[in-house]
Amino acid sequence: MSMPQTTGPQTGHRASKSLLEVDAGTRRRNRAEARFRSYGIAAIGVAVLALVLLVTSVLSNGLGAFRQTFVIMDITLAADTLDPSGTGDVDAMKRVSTIGYGKLLKTALIADLESRGIPTEGMSEKEIAGLLSKEAPAQLRNMVLADPSLIGQTIRFKTYATGRVDGYFKGRVSMESAERDSNVTPAQLELADRMRAKGLMSVGFNWGFLFGPDASELRPEAAGLGIAILGSAYMMILVLVLALPIGVAASIYLEEFAPQNRWTDLIEVNIANLAAVPSIVFGILGLALFINFMGLPQSAPVVGALVLTLMTLPTIIIATRASLKSVPPSIRSAALGVGASKMQTVFHHVLPLAMPGILTGTIIGLAQALGETAPLLLIGMVAFVRDFPSAPPEGFMDPAAALPVQVYNWTQRADPAFVERASGAIIVLLAFLLTMNIVAIVLRRRFERRW
Amino acid sequence: MTVGLILLIVLAIALSGYVLGRRRSLRMVGGDIRKLHSLPGFYGQSVLIFAAVPALLVMLGWMLLQPPLVDRHVARLITEADIAEGSSRDLVMSDVRRIADGLDQMMAAENLSEDALQALDAGDSDIRAKLGNVGIALGSDVRSAVFEAAKVYRDSAATGRTLMTLAVIGLALTGAVFGYLRIAPEYRARNVAETSVKALLILSSFVAVLTTVGIVLSLLFESLHFFRLYPAREFFFNLTWNPQFRGGSDLGIFPLLWGTLYVSFVALVFAVPVGLMAAIYLAEYASKPVRAVAKPLIEILAGIPTIVYGLFALITIGPLLRDYFAQPLGLGASSSSVMTAGLVMGIMLIPFVSSLSDDVINAVPQAVRDGSYGLGATQSETIRQVILPAALPGIVGAILLAASRAIGETMIVVMGAGAAAKLSLNPFEAMTTITVKIVSQLTGDTEFASPETLVAFALGLSLFVVTLGLNVIALYVVRKYREQYE
Repeated sequence: MSMPQTTGPQTGHRASKSLLEVDAGTRRRNRAEARFRSYGIAAIGVAVLALVLLVTSVLSNGLGAFRQTFVIMDITLAADTLDPSGTGDVDAMKRVSTIGYGKLLKTALIADLESRGIPTEGMSEKEIAGLLSKEAPAQLRNMVLADPSLIGQTIRFKTYATGRVDGYFKGRVSMESAERDSNVTPAQLELADRMRAKGLMSVGFNWGFLFGPDASELRPEAAGLGIAILGSAYMMILVLVLALPIGVAASIYLEEFAPQNRWTDLIEVNIANLAAVPSIVFGILGLALFINFMGLPQSAPVVGALVLTLMTLPTIIIATRASLKSVPPSIRSAALGVGASKMQTVFHHVLPLAMPGILTGTIIGLAQALGETAPLLLIGMVAFVRDFPSAPPEGFMDPAAALPVQVYNWTQRADPAFVERASGAIIVLLAFLLTMNIVAIVLRRRFERRW
Repeated sequence: MTVGLILLIVLAIALSGYVLGRRRSLRMVGGDIRKLHSLPGFYGQSVLIFAAVPALLVMLGWMLLQPPLVDRHVARLITEADIAEGSSRDLVMSDVRRIADGLDQMMAAENLSEDALQALDAGDSDIRAKLGNVGIALGSDVRSAVFEAAKVYRDSAATGRTLMTLAVIGLALTGAVFGYLRIAPEYRARNVAETSVKALLILSSFVAVLTTVGIVLSLLFESLHFFRLYPAREFFFNLTWNPQFRGGSDLGIFPLLWGTLYVSFVALVFAVPVGLMAAIYLAEYASKPVRAVAKPLIEILAGIPTIVYGLFALITIGPLLRDYFAQPLGLGASSSSVMTAGLVMGIMLIPFVSSLSDDVINAVPQAVRDGSYGLGATQSETIRQVILPAALPGIVGAILLAASRAIGETMIVVMGAGAAAKLSLNPFEAMTTITVKIVSQLTGDTEFASPETLVAFALGLSLFVVTLGLNVIALYVVRKYREQYE
């Protein structure tokens, strides 16, 4: 250890110098001090900067997903094409495929453009129809099949514009990029501009993004988070139902009853290690145990929930034990003193007092579980799911997606519009996490007791 | 009967047992509870426990054991001749299961009676098309033996389910009656109830142990399975990773291990200085208000899911590094690279390093600082020469924990590091890691008999061993250090 040489009897002329005058050595040491301090500030700056960069990157990429370009057109649902048998029988009408509806949409859009005086010279019919999402015919077909009385009427139909046009209004697609793009032409974008000016196209909040199902690779504009949010909600419910009782019971045993012996040590070491096992290993466990061995269905929320429960347990146990430990022994002594049994002491007195801490820990554990992706990939939740799972309890066995996995899924698709969707999904995920953490903080602030 | 319904019935029996038991205990002493050994509620509880616990345990065991037993029974019906060229017993069995699942839907769609189904033979009617109509798509036509096996499978599963329903509900009723009849004023209901509750508590605390056992067993068994198909020496020492779905793959772990260590190294090189300096500043220099703002801000980084970091790597950091560093310097043209994944993972690790280091720095007693100041040392000299050496074991522990986290991290590397297994020193090149390959070998339609799939379990086992080792060392170091000042 080398101490800086600032003092020492060997420097002879030292006595003649004032203490207030700063010599070279002291200056060097002060500079080192300032330098060291600035490193600290820089480190904090780097960390905060990274956070800011992360948040702005997600927000700037993802906010667009909540707004969407819609085409609002008048369409006459001609009875002779949609209901060729003329009986109004839904089964017969199902024979008309989306291709038939596509043709209807095309003629309706062209007629609409004409009646509003929007010029389309030089464009083929196919190009004009290409402004509509590929989802539009299916949307119209579902609408008609759900309500056959619409046939023969002229209705105002609102549907998605194609992803490229939507990207054009959000600045993702430009005239130059359209030149090179086989999916859109500059003429189409100009037409979109004219349609927007005449009110045939508009940009508005997209509820379909929050509540609709996922859509295939070719129709990013129709892709929604509905199934993913529902799947995540199912999993969180199951995780709560499974992990909270098991975690609390385990903690009560370890904290209040367990004798100091080898078994207890083994359990404690196990919990500490489980908390640090990589999440993907839990995914492998889920695949081998729940799917291959027990034969539970792939992509089902129940399997995801089981895996996430095992992952969340250590968090809940650690929080619960800390919270039980903070209840002062005088409470226990008082209860035991008036004749309560050990079990009554714990369940009637200690546990209620520890509850705020337990709930806080549980919510934080759930928040972790909500954002977990890797184990869910392995148990098949990456599958493309288009049908909403049914209501619980059967719904727990139906295939579903999960929020973070949906994000991953979208990043694997080619169309750049899915990047916007993925960032939008991240915003939804972060909003849920923020809410959960705020609830946890409020709980802690309001109910935490200091003894 | 569905599992949910059985559960509800057992629950109903148990609850009515509670009410009746409580009432019986009161009636026996004519409402004078002083004559009872325990409070009336405990008598109710004891009946509830006798009704519910054995029944639920039997149900759980039955549900675990029935599928493998039925499988084994049905598998015996399938002879070698029924297994098509290039297929395997496992594949045929999974077809059998899927057909069995689809039979009920098919019966509903075709209006078949039970007898008609039994008479149906795969040889003369087009089962595959009929199953396709109800959403069970099969790869090939259904062979007679397979179809017969599916029928047997369905029958045995149904019989098993009926037997289970009877056994569970019967057991619940017997238990309830048994518990009810045992009630007497001198019966020590409280002791019975509390002992059972304690047993439940102990059982819950064993879930953690069972999880570890489950992880170890599933990894070990499947890895052994893999090593029987692919030599272990090749796995550990082969320098190429090149899976081929037609066989003859090279499955050496080395390139993956290299990628993992390289990415983790970059991450730690970024995270350790930043995290450590941030912790030092927060613990030693920062004023209270600064600390109150900066510490939670840094800890937010720890609460962000890794998928968010992955997306950040994919859409922001990756292109940024490619356009401003890799391409101008001529080092590569890929946006996913070791550097991308490493940097983003470094950001993720900052809070791990900083909060753990913060704890250990704060644990150094104030007297040590005061002694150093008293000798004339400046604050930074005290930190560098007194506090850091004293806190070193704890900091090393923190770094080891961060390293284990980095090695096991999945989403950031899946989205930021690339998929090509390479042995290269260039940090701007795409490389791949153990976790990436576990994901890619196990997602999608996989067949569990091929070494290309099973290798994921061997990779998982290696990962588990490495991270577990790091954690054990880290926890040991940290614990040893804590004792020093306590």
